[in-house]
Order: sequence, then structure tokens, then C-alpha cells
Amino acid sequence: MSAVVAEHDDHHDHGPAKGLLRWVITTNHKDIGTLYLLFALAMFFVGGAMAMVIRAELFEPGMQFVNPQFFNSMTTMHALVMVFGAVMPAFVGLANWMIPMMIGAPDMALPRMNNMSFWMLVAGVLLLASTLFMEGGAPASGWTLYPPLVLQTGKALPFAIFSVHLLGISSIMGAINIIATIFNMRAPGMTLMKMPMFVWTWLITAFLLIAIMPVFAGAVTMLLTDKFFHTSFFDAAGGGDPVLYQHIFWFFGHPEVYVMILPTFGVASTIIPVFARKPLFGYSSMVYATASIAFLSFIVWAHHMFTVGMPIAGELYFMYATMLIAIPTGVKVFNWTATMWKGSMTFETPMLFSIAFVVLFTMGGFTGLMMSVAPVDFQYHDTYFIVAHFHYTLVPASVFILMAAGYFWLPKWTGHMYDERIGRLHFWLSVVSVNILFFPQHFLGLAGMPRRIPDYAVQFADWNMISSIGGFIFGASQLLFLYIVIDTIKGGTGEKVTDEVWEDAAKHSLEWTLPSPPPYHSFTTPPTVIPTEHI
Amino acid sequence: MKEGVTQKNAKLVRTLVFVVLGMFGFGYALVPLYDVLCEVTGLNGKVESSAVKEVSYEVDKNREITVEFMTALNEATPMVFRSEINKIKVHPGEYVTVNFYAENKTDKVMVARAIPSISPGAVAEFFKKTECFCFSEQTFKAREGRTMPVRFVVNPEIPKEYKTITLAYTFFDNTETSVK
Amino acid sequence: MKKTKQLFAGLILMAFGLGTAQAEYTLNLMKGVTKVSNDIYDLHMLILWVCIFIGIGVFGTMFYSIYHHRKSRGHKAAQFHENTTVEIIWTIIPTLILIGMAIPATKAMMELDDVQESEMSIKVTGHQWKWEYEYLDNGIHFFSSLDEASNKVRQVGSGLDPRSVPNYLLNVDKPLVIPTKKKIRFVFTSADVIHSWWVPDLGWKKDTNPGFINESWTSVDEPGTYRGQCTELCGKDHGFMPIVVIAMNEPDYNAWVEKQKAAVAAEAGSASKQWATEELVAKGKSVYETNCSSCHMADGAGLAGTFPAIKASKVVTGDINAQVKLMLDGKGMMPAFGKMLSPVDFAAVVTYTRNGLGNSVGDSIQPSAIQTLQSATPAAGKNE
Repeated sequence: MSAVVAEHDDHHDHGPAKGLLRWVITTNHKDIGTLYLLFALAMFFVGGAMAMVIRAELFEPGMQFVNPQFFNSMTTMHALVMVFGAVMPAFVGLANWMIPMMIGAPDMALPRMNNMSFWMLVAGVLLLASTLFMEGGAPASGWTLYPPLVLQTGKALPFAIFSVHLLGISSIMGAINIIATIFNMRAPGMTLMKMPMFVWTWLITAFLLIAIMPVFAGAVTMLLTDKFFHTSFFDAAGGGDPVLYQHIFWFFGHPEVYVMILPTFGVASTIIPVFARKPLFGYSSMVYATASIAFLSFIVWAHHMFTVGMPIAGELYFMYATMLIAIPTGVKVFNWTATMWKGSMTFETPMLFSIAFVVLFTMGGFTGLMMSVAPVDFQYHDTYFIVAHFHYTLVPASVFILMAAGYFWLPKWTGHMYDERIGRLHFWLSVVSVNILFFPQHFLGLAGMPRRIPDYAVQFADWNMISSIGGFIFGASQLLFLYIVIDTIKGGTGEKVTDEVWEDAAKHSLEWTLPSPPPYHSFTTPPTVIPTEHI
Repeated sequence: MKEGVTQKNAKLVRTLVFVVLGMFGFGYALVPLYDVLCEVTGLNGKVESSAVKEVSYEVDKNREITVEFMTALNEATPMVFRSEINKIKVHPGEYVTVNFYAENKTDKVMVARAIPSISPGAVAEFFKKTECFCFSEQTFKAREGRTMPVRFVVNPEIPKEYKTITLAYTFFDNTETSVK
Repeated sequence: MKKTKQLFAGLILMAFGLGTAQAEYTLNLMKGVTKVSNDIYDLHMLILWVCIFIGIGVFGTMFYSIYHHRKSRGHKAAQFHENTTVEIIWTIIPTLILIGMAIPATKAMMELDDVQESEMSIKVTGHQWKWEYEYLDNGIHFFSSLDEASNKVRQVGSGLDPRSVPNYLLNVDKPLVIPTKKKIRFVFTSADVIHSWWVPDLGWKKDTNPGFINESWTSVDEPGTYRGQCTELCGKDHGFMPIVVIAMNEPDYNAWVEKQKAAVAAEAGSASKQWATEELVAKGKSVYETNCSSCHMADGAGLAGTFPAIKASKVVTGDINAQVKLMLDGKGMMPAFGKMLSPVDFAAVVTYTRNGLGNSVGDSIQPSAIQTLQSATPAAGKNE
């Protein structure tokens, strides 16, 4: 193997390389983590700008700003950029920064591959973005890329597919690296069942990624050969079946949404105990619940396709299997609540975002339960109800937890304290506006508004306007986060942060035993004491 | 100890790369798996695409099943296509032949393929065709029209609750792709 | 700004539960007009209440804890972190709730799935971007697209007020008419990409897959007009292919059927008369707007790279017979209009494209000529 651990004794004296080149050639997990996080933040704003275009067009009935084709490109690109450019890379960034420090390792197991997977991500996203400027426009078939519609894409199709390949390879390399790090780099005494929840959830997520990204790559490759090489995997004319694509896609797609939520669970399970000043309730049941959610994610895919025309046995099986997910998910929510119960809570910004996550994610879970019921899903399917559902499980869940993680670890990463007042302002603006943005979409869906439409009947006008107003406030509020990140990097409040940053945090996890900011190379000698407060 | 980690990493990476390749293959394996699943469960109303041998069943005179015929043309398939009858009542076990008429509306040779679909999907395994124009691509000369038979039987083992079966054919113009 | 004010007034009213002033708002799922849709509504309400009940329990506990167990109130943290009994309880109770939900859900699903013993069948074909209906029992067959008034307003930057159009984007030129109190079976397929046929009042939606058929059924008790839309992204004008179903009493329905048959005969008559070019151009304009403008644009400019322009097009300004043939048979994404338009509409739109939209070829074609060409091309799937 060419990629080996960069662990030599003489590295002790080496700091980072000088100048910009440092960031291009770096194999340091902290540098790469930073790159991932900043790139994800940038893409969060790019994807967010697309969402603003969507909400602006939907502000009022009638077509005011964009043509329907471009609107469809926007919904497609918004989803692809947010999923593959923002949320997934942000969690990989957190993994890069935190996993080695949490398990007492000096770096990731495969540092050079780590660098490569980041730059491949950048290449993939840039390639995807370039399709916006191609003849025929960017893909406009929804992020699910269903054939035969996706085959009507103009010049962009092969580029979009190649970009998906790059993003897939990048994720797979990241996942392999994380598994290798967790399996082979743990400090002595750091047994699997002593690992922080964040490490556990990422371990399970990495296995999900390895299992599903190749399947997705296969599916889009089949699209490519169907379009250009006369295969007919999905073309009825040659004996194929377009519905087969949906089965393959959702075999990838359902675990994929859990790739975005499992690390979220991990961060929440890390933050809540610290601010409740209590151990996490039911550590081992949390691990098992995460594993069972991951397992179930492989056997429920067709609940995305209840209306596609399945035999009754299929409908019923996928309904029952999907309902089962409510049980381990419920266990998680109950455990978080029990962790807070009789704690000694304080409400700094990371805790605020985490509590909002628990509440709002649970609401997304409720609508998920409602949609698991197949006959009722015949009404909900492909309406704004589902749009509200998955945005509740992604924005005030994954995105909020990413914000929480930012506030939680920024002082550790930079050695500077963020401005708590602005942090709280950011929280309150976000939590209020995100509900103004997405809650009315439940009403729209129930009232009969389909998703992915650029214009709508006038009875949907009022809720759409409210939703758009919420969207604009939410979008603008995120600029505060950008400000805080920059401000904190530059020095923040100027307050000297301790190694622990948060009261007794070092009892929970190893990273708080390091100085703030941690040295460029940390844990070159493994830690001797393993914190156990979190279990 | 350091060497140990490197070797362990290399071994683990190898294993994981095999898993990745395996899963890529699995994605492709889903294609034939899906066809098998379709035939077994009647998922999506896919029907067997080859003829079965004509075996005689005991005709169940006490039951009658309505078989409806539907014809469709994919967009930009310049043809005329219809069934000679709308629907027919059959007894399970009895062989029936129904004629379909298809005509090429262009001045060029056309290669077209009729894709069958059956609903409810669960009856697919009881619906046997001994002869059908859908088993292979059909070549039509310019402006040629012809009558094509479908011979089928409904297996008497079909569950009692099924009283109507819809058999649909959609013609797709494959001239461009089958030139090769 | 007036609208914003109204909006806030509406919100405040609702907050006080005085929703009557805002009759247009629908907050909940519609009950619909069929037994199935009512069962689905009941199921929806059941699960909603289960969720609300659990939500109150969980969030209540959490907020009680947030209020009482805070450091600022001097609460000291307990150190428990496990309780097997509690964990078993909160695994088993949800399981029981789920089983309780699964039973009625299974029943509703079976009911929804039972298409057997229907009294009539309608074939629904999805097209980019219109619906095609064919009554398998009496041969009535037509296309149904977005109505002209909505279509004008929905053009980008039309500046027209959607509120001025009754049932904006939910109205069609020819609605689907069905009789009440009859079990009607729908058979779905598509001629191009996947669409999905949804009328909320009927309680379900069903995808239309090219090359495959799907079935579903309904039985409407009350006469009325029920509106819906395509719900599977099917390209550019996915948002502009509504569905209108009119349910009529048996006698009214029979009268409608007779009228349709008479109209087909009358159409055949008007096709044989000699039309003036101006007449055809005038009629062709509206045919163009309903059938062609979504791709080739209202001004005939097309969409660069995807849809060719009509204006100065080689086909349109070239040999008229070549143009007619292309339109009859279709090409690539261009549908075969031979089976979609009546001879009069067909001749009118050909003449219009040649003498409008910036073209002035000067020639025209008569409906009778089109009829001759079409007669060899009966509507797809027609069985007579």
C-alpha cells in the first residue's frame, strides 16, 4: 500500500508547510478536516442560494423570475449540492478533525488517501456545478435522476454522471479511511465499547457508505450506457424497466439519508451529556439502536415507491418494515430525554441547537411514521408534505447539529471563544425561521400541492408566501454563522479558553485533554487515561 | 508495533476494496435478480418473454375470466396498432387466440418491439402464452400492415378472486438501435 | 403591501381559531369523496393523534426537565445512566402502538388494491405534458391539457394576475367525465416518461410507467368537480398538466356520452368544408398555444439547445407536406400529433405556424387533406 501512516518520530518538530501550498499537499487530519468543513460551509451557501431562487419563484403564484426548466435544474442542483457538497463533506470534516483526537490516535490511518479524497470531492462538485453552464442546462430530473426523464438531459448528462462517480469514489475513500482509523489506530485501552458515540455512529455510517456508494455508481453507469451505448437496463423498448432504476436508486438512497443522520445522532449524543453534566443515558442501547437503524435502512427502500405499482404483498412488507424503524429511533429520542432528565443543564449555543435538533428531528420522525403507512402515503407521496418531512430531518436536524458541532468545537480548534450573544441570536433566528419555512409546507402538501412545481394554484399562495419569508430570514440568518466562524478564527472574544473549554468536558472525551488549539500533531504518544463519563 | 499498524491497514483496505467492488457488482446483479423477482411475484406486471409449450389443462367451465386487451404506442412510434377485440371471456384452462393488427406508417423499414404488461401483476404467473408477436422484434416493410396472433391460456390454478385481467402491449420503435 | 397585511390578519385570525374568514385555507388532509379516501383520512387522523399524543409526552418531559433541571436553578446532576426496565418499556410500548396502527392500515391497503369487478374501464396515458383518456367500453377518446387562460398567465413574466383566472393551473380544456356510484377501473400507462395521476379527492395517486400498466379504481358517490395534478416530475411543464374529473349522475353522464359521439360526427363534417387561410390562422393560434407553446414558446422562439424555434424554421418555411408528415409522426421529443389533434385543429395549426409567429409562407392546408392522411392513422389504441 502506498498510503501509510505518516508517523515518524522526527515529525514532532514539523509544523505545517508554509504558504498556500500547505493546504494543497497536506496530509494532516486537522488541515484536511478544516478543508472539508470550509468547503462544506461554502457549498452550504451555494446550495442555499439555489434554495433562495426556488423560494423567490414560489413567493407568489405566477412565473416571475425563472423558466420552468431552470427551476427544475435548481431543485435538482440544490439537492445534489446540499447532500453531496455540504452535509456529507461537513460530517467527513468533523470525522477528520475529531475521530483521531477522540480515540487517541496521531492521525488518520491513510493520510495521503485522505488528501486525495478531499480534492476528488472538490473536482466532483466543480464538475457538477459546471453543468449549469452547458447547452440544455444542468440536470433537471430531480436528484433521484429517474429515467426516462433524466435521459432527456442535454449535454450535461455524462458530466453529471461522471461527477457522481467522483463524489462516490471520494466518499468511499473517506469511509475506508475512517474504518481503518477506528479499527487500527485506537489508543491502548480504548475498547470499542468505550468509544465516544460520534466515533461509533461514524463507524456504522462508513460501512453504510461502502455498501451503497458502489451501487449508486452502478446505477448511474447503467444510465450512461442506456443513453450512449444502446443497453436497455431501464428502457422498456429493449426489455428493461424504468422502475428497476428506482429500486436500485432507493437501495442506495434510503441508507444514504441515514448517512446524513447517523453522525448527527453521534454529535447530539456527544453534546447533550456535556451540558447536562450527566453521562449519556443507555450508551450500549444507543450503539445497538444505531446499528439496527443502519440494518433496517437496507430493507425498506421501496417505501419511496409505494405508488409505482407494486403487488399488495410488496406494499405491505415495505410498510411493516418501515414502521419498525420507529422503534430504534424512538429509543434514541427517549435516551436523549433521559440524559437531560435530572441533569444540571446550561444552555450555551451548542446545547440550544442540540435541543432544537431533538425536538424538530422528532417532528420529522413523526411525519416519517405517518408516511410509512402505505395507503395514506398514496395521498402524501410527492407532495409538499414529504418536502416538509425530509427538510425537518435534514435542516433542523443534520444542519442544526452541524452548527452545534461548530460552536462546540470551534473553541477547541481555534483556541478562541466565539461570541455567545451572537451565537444565541443566530440560534433563535434560525430556529424560529426554519419553522416558518418548513412547517407551512405540511399544510401545503396535505392541501394538495405537488412537489417540484414552479407555479401553483392560488389557494396555495398564502402558505407559500409565509414559507418563502421564513426561507429568506433563515437564509440571511446563516450569514451570522459565517461571521461568527470568521470572527472566532480571528480571535473571537479574546477570552482565553481552557483545554476543557466546557465544564468537565475532559471526563467525556479525549480531545478536551489536549491544549486549545491542539498541536499540529497530537497524541504522538497514546493517552494513558481513557475517559468513561460518556458511557 | 508501527509496522503492525501499516500491515493491518493494508489488509483492511484490501478487504474493504473487495467489499466495494462486490457491491458495485451487486448493483448489476440486481438487474437479473429483479427479473427473477418479477417473474415470481408479478412485480410491475412483467410477463415471461418467451413462449411456453402448449400443455392441456382441465378446462374449468364454472369460472369465467374477462381478459381485456390494451394497445399503446410510445411517443414518436409512427404506427397503427390495435387489437381485433376489446375483451374476451375465457374459461381457465382453455386456449384462446386473439389477433392484433399493426401497421408501419412510414416509408422506411421499421423494427419495432411490443412490450407486454399485465395487470394485476400477481396473475402473471398464471397467464401463459404459447404464441406472441412480443417475443421478438418485429420488422415491418414500408407501409406494411399485418395481423399477428397471440395465443394464451389462463392456468386454472389462478386464485378465485381474479376475475379481470388486463393485457397491454406497447410498441416501441427500435429501428435506430437495432440497425447495429 | 396590502397582501402582506391581509396575510398577517389571516394568521392572527387563525391563531384565535376563527378560520372561517379564510375558507380557502386547508390545513388538513381532504376527506375526499370516496369510501377509500375517507378510510385514508381516518387512518391519517389516527396516526396524527398518536403522534401528537407521543409528542406531548416526550416534549412535555423534556421541557419539564429543561425548566427544572438546570444549573441556574441550582439543580445537581444525578449520575444514573442506565435502567434496563425503562428501556424495555419504551421499546415494547411503541411496538404495540405500531401493531395497532398496522391493522387498519393493512385493511385500507387491501381495499385500495382491489380493482376486481369494476363496471367500466378508463385508460389514462401520460404525455409530456398532457393526459390522454380513453373509455375502453365506448371508445370515447380525447386529450386533456391545461386550459388556455391558465396557460397565458403562467408564461414567464406574463405580468398577468393568476388570481384573475378561475381555478388557475387546475383547469383543463376537456375534463374527464365519470358516472357516480359506479366502480371505475383506471389503467395507467405513459407514452414517454413517468408521470403520476393524482386527484386528492379520490384518495390516491398512481404512477404511469412507459411500457407498463398500473391499475387503480374509484367509486364516487356525489356529483361534483374534482381537481388534481401530475405528481411525478416529468420535465419542464410538470407543474402544468392538471387533472379535472367531473362526476355526473347516470342520466347526465349518458347525455354527455351521446354529446361526445355527436361531436365526433360534427367534427368530421366541419373537416370536409373548405376553410379560408385567415380562418385557419385564427383558429390555429389557440391550438398552438395549448399544444405547442410549452416547448416552442408562445412567440415561436423555441428554447436554444432543447426545442427548435418555429420562427424561420427550415421545416416550417419549407415543403408543407414535409411539415405535416413530421407533425403527424413525431420526431424525438416531438410527439406524434397525428393522433392528438382533430383534422381541423391540425390544419389550423400548420397554417398558423406558416403564416404567423414571424413566418409568412402564404400557403395553407385544408382539414380535408389532413383527414385523408389521418384516416390511415386512427387514434392510437382505438379498438374499433
